[in-house]
Amino acid sequence: MKRDCVILIAEQNEEHLNLMKNGLLHAGVNNDIVHFADGRQTLDFLFDITQKSDGELEGREYILFMDIDLPQVGGIEILEKIKADNMLSKVPVIVLAAADEPKIIDRCYDLGCCTYIVKPAEDEAFRQSITKIGNFLTVVEMASLR
Amino acid sequence: MNKEMVILIAEDDAGHFQLIKKNLWLACVNNEILQFKDGRQILDFLLDSGDGTHLDDTKQYIVLLDVRMPRVDGLEVLKKLKENDRLRKIPVVMLTTTSESSMIEQCYDMGCSCYMVKPVDYHRFMKAVQNLGKFLSLEGLRLPSIG
Repeated sequence: MKRDCVILIAEQNEEHLNLMKNGLLHAGVNNDIVHFADGRQTLDFLFDITQKSDGELEGREYILFMDIDLPQVGGIEILEKIKADNMLSKVPVIVLAAADEPKIIDRCYDLGCCTYIVKPAEDEAFRQSITKIGNFLTVVEMASLR
Repeated sequence: MNKEMVILIAEDDAGHFQLIKKNLWLACVNNEILQFKDGRQILDFLLDSGDGTHLDDTKQYIVLLDVRMPRVDGLEVLKKLKENDRLRKIPVVMLTTTSESSMIEQCYDMGCSCYMVKPVDYHRFMKAVQNLGKFLSLEGLRLPSIG
């Protein structure tokens, strides 16, 4: 992951957001983070990107951490919309959710999520999981949006 | 981690395969690992063609896929997998020496989950695979069922 890849986090739980930021920092991930507290904001931001010119998008990379349970627009619907868009479909989506139901998990993979992680109930375990994800992302290449 | 997770590795370079296997193990990945030496072999396994072993509906799979392979290359494998209604849910991690941005974009376009470039440096290669291994060992990681 390049230093200028922007990390998008769609998460309504403030505490979880802070644990995620902290976990990423522990992995040495200092990339810019943009946070959305609901699904509408997430979609608005993403679809604004699609309006940008090729020049503005040159080399732009994003990755999205997303909860399923989001106000206004849920995570599944966001995933549907992202993966149906030619440009946004290249953005890897890591689902981090409380739901541990095979139906939801299968649906997310069917739509093209990168990975599905059930949030550990305990804060420290959650933060450590994020650090491991962060360490992994340091060796992953993202696609530029143009 | 899912105990029934099987890791399918399509890698024609025997040295790279051993290195990947060893470092996944060092990262505490104790899951079953199957090796395929070219794209044809892994497609035969996934698509229930050929004479060898086939996919088991009761298990869950993740694929580590090299791009440059004999007979059928990684792009063709990725395409076939993502075109198939039953198989397209299986996460595919590209693990390759190819670092051209056009290839990275193409693979994401075709639906790969992640794209990893194999570091040329031996120690960095080991570290990268161990990072992948620790990610695959996450207790909360869930994979799709293919049954």
